[in-house]
Amino acid sequence: MWLQRNWDCNVILSKLIPYKVSNIMSRIGVFICHCGENISATVDCERVAKASSEMEGVEFATDYKYMCSDPGQTLIKTAIKEHHLDGVVVGSCSPRMHEATFRRACSEAGMNPYLCEIANLREHVSWVHEKCEATTNKAIEIVHGLVEKVKRNRPLDAIEVPVTKKALVIGGGIAGIQASLDIANCGQQVILIEKGPSIGGHMSQLSETFPTLDCSQCILTPRMVEVAQNPNITLYTYAELEKLEGFIGNFKATIRLQAKSVDDSKCTGCGLCTTKCPQNNIPSEFNEGLGTRTAIFTPFPQAVPNKPVIDKEHCKYYQKGKCKVCQKFCPTGAIEYDKPDEFITEDIGAVVVTTGFNVLKTEFFPEYGYGKYKDVINGLQFERLASASGPTLGEIRRPSDGQIPKKIVFIACCGSRDPAKGIPYCSKICCMYTAKHAMLYQHKVHDGDSTVFYMDVRAGGKNYEEFVRRAVEEDHVNYVRGRVARVYEKSGKLIVKGVDTLMGAKPVEIEADMVVLATAGVANKGAEELAQRMHISYDPYHFFTEAHPKLKPVETNTAGIFLAGACQAPKDIPETVASASGAAVKVVSLLSRPTLIREPLVAVVNRCAPPLFSTCVGCFMCQTICPYQAIEREEIKDRKTGKVLKVIARINPGLCQGCGTCVSFCRSKSIDIQGYTNEEMYAEVTALLNK
Amino acid sequence: MKIGFYPGCSLQGTAREYNESVKAVAEAFDIDLKEIEDWNCCGASAAHSVNKDLSLALPARILALAEKQGIDEVVVPCAACFNRLAVAQYELNEDAAKKAETENVIEMTFNNKVKIINVIQFIDKYIKDKIADKMTRKFEHKVVCYYGCLLIRPHKIIGFDRVEDPMSMDELMTTIGASSLDWGFKTECCGASLSIARTDLVAKLSGNIIKDATERGAEAIIVACPMCHSNLDMRRPQIDEYVGKEIPTPVIYITQAIGLAVGVAPEKLGLQRHFVKVNTL
Amino acid sequence: MGAIKSHINTIILNESIMKHATAESIREATGADIDKCYQCGKCTAGCVLADNMDYPSSMIIRMLQTDDKENYKKVLSSEAIWLCQNCENCIGRCPKEVDIPKIMDYLRAESIKEGLVSPKAKSVLSFYRSFLDSVKMSGRLSELVMTIDFKLRTFHLWQDVKLVPSMLAKGKLKFIPESIKDTKGIKILFKKTITSK
Repeated sequence: MWLQRNWDCNVILSKLIPYKVSNIMSRIGVFICHCGENISATVDCERVAKASSEMEGVEFATDYKYMCSDPGQTLIKTAIKEHHLDGVVVGSCSPRMHEATFRRACSEAGMNPYLCEIANLREHVSWVHEKCEATTNKAIEIVHGLVEKVKRNRPLDAIEVPVTKKALVIGGGIAGIQASLDIANCGQQVILIEKGPSIGGHMSQLSETFPTLDCSQCILTPRMVEVAQNPNITLYTYAELEKLEGFIGNFKATIRLQAKSVDDSKCTGCGLCTTKCPQNNIPSEFNEGLGTRTAIFTPFPQAVPNKPVIDKEHCKYYQKGKCKVCQKFCPTGAIEYDKPDEFITEDIGAVVVTTGFNVLKTEFFPEYGYGKYKDVINGLQFERLASASGPTLGEIRRPSDGQIPKKIVFIACCGSRDPAKGIPYCSKICCMYTAKHAMLYQHKVHDGDSTVFYMDVRAGGKNYEEFVRRAVEEDHVNYVRGRVARVYEKSGKLIVKGVDTLMGAKPVEIEADMVVLATAGVANKGAEELAQRMHISYDPYHFFTEAHPKLKPVETNTAGIFLAGACQAPKDIPETVASASGAAVKVVSLLSRPTLIREPLVAVVNRCAPPLFSTCVGCFMCQTICPYQAIEREEIKDRKTGKVLKVIARINPGLCQGCGTCVSFCRSKSIDIQGYTNEEMYAEVTALLNK
Repeated sequence: MKIGFYPGCSLQGTAREYNESVKAVAEAFDIDLKEIEDWNCCGASAAHSVNKDLSLALPARILALAEKQGIDEVVVPCAACFNRLAVAQYELNEDAAKKAETENVIEMTFNNKVKIINVIQFIDKYIKDKIADKMTRKFEHKVVCYYGCLLIRPHKIIGFDRVEDPMSMDELMTTIGASSLDWGFKTECCGASLSIARTDLVAKLSGNIIKDATERGAEAIIVACPMCHSNLDMRRPQIDEYVGKEIPTPVIYITQAIGLAVGVAPEKLGLQRHFVKVNTL
Repeated sequence: MGAIKSHINTIILNESIMKHATAESIREATGADIDKCYQCGKCTAGCVLADNMDYPSSMIIRMLQTDDKENYKKVLSSEAIWLCQNCENCIGRCPKEVDIPKIMDYLRAESIKEGLVSPKAKSVLSFYRSFLDSVKMSGRLSELVMTIDFKLRTFHLWQDVKLVPSMLAKGKLKFIPESIKDTKGIKILFKKTITSK
């Protein structure tokens, strides 16, 4: 019964829109590409073209070596004009590669681009089968299926959507800072949100950067100040992304502004509160646990914004209801307790994710003491020791007793390249920063003795190799090729059991004063949840996935969301800054268009003449399962009286992603996807089954 | 409470006091140890070092017998036997063809589901919670706990405690009032079966262990393996020669320490059978 | 240093290295994959007996990786494989989880099979053989039987004789070897495994 009704609708529709349905009137062109040898090595392309020419409705069929090339496309365009084609099937590589190319060619020849379909003869045929007759037959069958589909294709027009001219940058490290500045300096609005109380990220924790040994904070802090002062950038710190809805050009971001307990508009950043706070033994995150901070704190002196926040978990007032000393002493009355977190929503056009990474802590390593030896530290902790603003004011001292270590061992590849520990990848930056650490140590402790246990030295960047050789040849760092089996403590010294593989696997034992582990770079905590909240892909290690490793390194598979920096994979600062600028230009190109063109391959609820108006019964089951909240209620009213005659579903073409879930769900079969209608798909499948 | 019991060859001979102390502690806590009837040697290091099939067949026979005798959980005090049984069980479970082959060799079929636990797991599971009630004398000494190799490794198969710096024995010793020190040789090999063939190497390896333990102030070394005990105790003269001085630190089994704490007589625990005198405890 | 002196002869890269024959046979027999080893040396670094070995563990794996007949012979004739006690510290720390203890078991069996057991390791193998002789006889180890067997094999007649009186006094030495009932089953077990090869 319902099938009958559906067909009635189509008959009515076809009377409303002139449209050819019968075979006799179709004029399809079939173009079989050799793809160099990719297809022709396995598939007999000439035979496929010949067989295609004998199919009903095919007016013209040919084969060519490189259909996507200029002459190839010209071939298609000429054929369209000369043979008055009204449909095109290209047998080539995956539509993901060149569907857009061929559709553009057809459009240039005056044919609606959605009357062009791609038969995947490469990934579906030539690349997965051996050369034989059956393979060529399969190619012919696939082409036939698409020919039958194309006969039912209708001309479609692209959808235009407005673009919100504002970008959201998530994460205030060097990547986020660079991206924000680049976008803002093109005249676009940027909202930069940072989870911590200050921007700066890990780069603000470093002492000097390789290969130039520039002071890290000296080159970073001017940028941080620029961010704060740029009129196009709105900075929210202590803020996190709560929800992201919408789609490219039309996102809606809900941002949680955590209660800082300090009113930024009143606070002058004098810092008096931090000197009075009685809770002053909290391990400092900025100093990686080597120093302490107070409950009301700014993470470091050059913080931007330079206004403190209260850490509720350690504040005496929030935990026990006592104290309030900071409020008593604050000269401007800026302390405000018990304020709830605030939520703001912003309309956003594009998002750049720059949430960065972290490094493993020493607790992760059973063979190096499970983190219980105070003088076994990781690379980031060493940076804090070496930093002039660090807990030891730049002197390398043992955390256990404050003595200057005379013998120091650096262990490279801790956790990295280690499938047994679940981290098979290389963390890229450790070889360089280990050489840097050893050099800094030698510069600061002239009579010190440093040894680096390494497997390989990876120094591929500009001036990187020279930098490492400097460590070995000028600063006399001892490089021993071999890994360390274990480290244990005895009488205040650390016994390091390593090996020198270049000496024929000779065991080496060192009694060191300090051991620095170059630990693996890993995704930040909460990366998985954030990726799921934004619907972007991530890999098994929770690094975010780029759309294509070579051709789209700063985009994600989710349109409108871009990546930069170490949240995608461990990177050094030059690469991070380059990727941030790359993402920024993608954002600017997106936001500088007046409107956004969307593919019309969206779902549509059918409409027909009164009194039916549509076969939709208004059950709204589709609304419950649509993953993109794209389905709305539409009231059909009587034109004269305004009375509501029927309520049916309407799909918002701006939000619909064409997933097809509603089509399969609809009980009355009232929804269809443009470009993949039931009629088209049945025709293709029937053709394939009937061979 | 009943549990299966596999003593193994060393507990019948050179590690007799271990056998006695396990039985004494089980008795003190009302646990009935049911010895597997007609058990054979597990093969220890010798079997797997020379022939793979033999190394699987000997433990398989023991597990098949246990199953036939209605035992579903067996405590294996000797660390080497424990290791051989657990590893053979794992390997036969992973390789059905090998299991069928082995069943042919031992002329018995079995399901291979008997639960195998070592002496520390046994104490943790059935005795640890009851110690406080039965304690008569605190074991107030500074000790180091020596785990050796086979109680913990291969970690993927054994799945017990942590592979570096294990703490299960240390926790037990703390429960009975001891001060368990941190030291650097918890899981370094003592020399194992080189005891007879290369006593010089045992002297070196066990010597390093004793050296570190005593330098940290340990009054006793606690072990749970008869091979380790033999190397650290019986071979003390060779160790003394290697280290260069006489070291009087005694080596006792974890079951002996617990036995002392809950008031079992020293003779019942076999303490008089040690080569290095245990009178300081 | 033994490890360096023995590698003066150049390895000629021939076809066999392309076929990876050694890696294949080890993988088939043990499941362990020597191709995974990237020579980090962590196993040797943590091996308590590395100082005493002619070829430490990572060196042995490298020699197997070269797929060279001479090197393979050297490995089977080494003392190192007989000193290894399967303490499993190496695989416990190996980042690539190369099952070195299993490979050692395999090399030992091959060494016996090819008749290449190092003369330096004679006492170690004799110990294992004496141990198994005793078990084969009565199903359980008799320390007395084993010791006598060992002394006959090695002629270390006076070794550990000083221990006998104290062992007896402490009740640790049994004169009458314990025997299980199913000695027949044990003999069949031995026949079907070690004596058949």
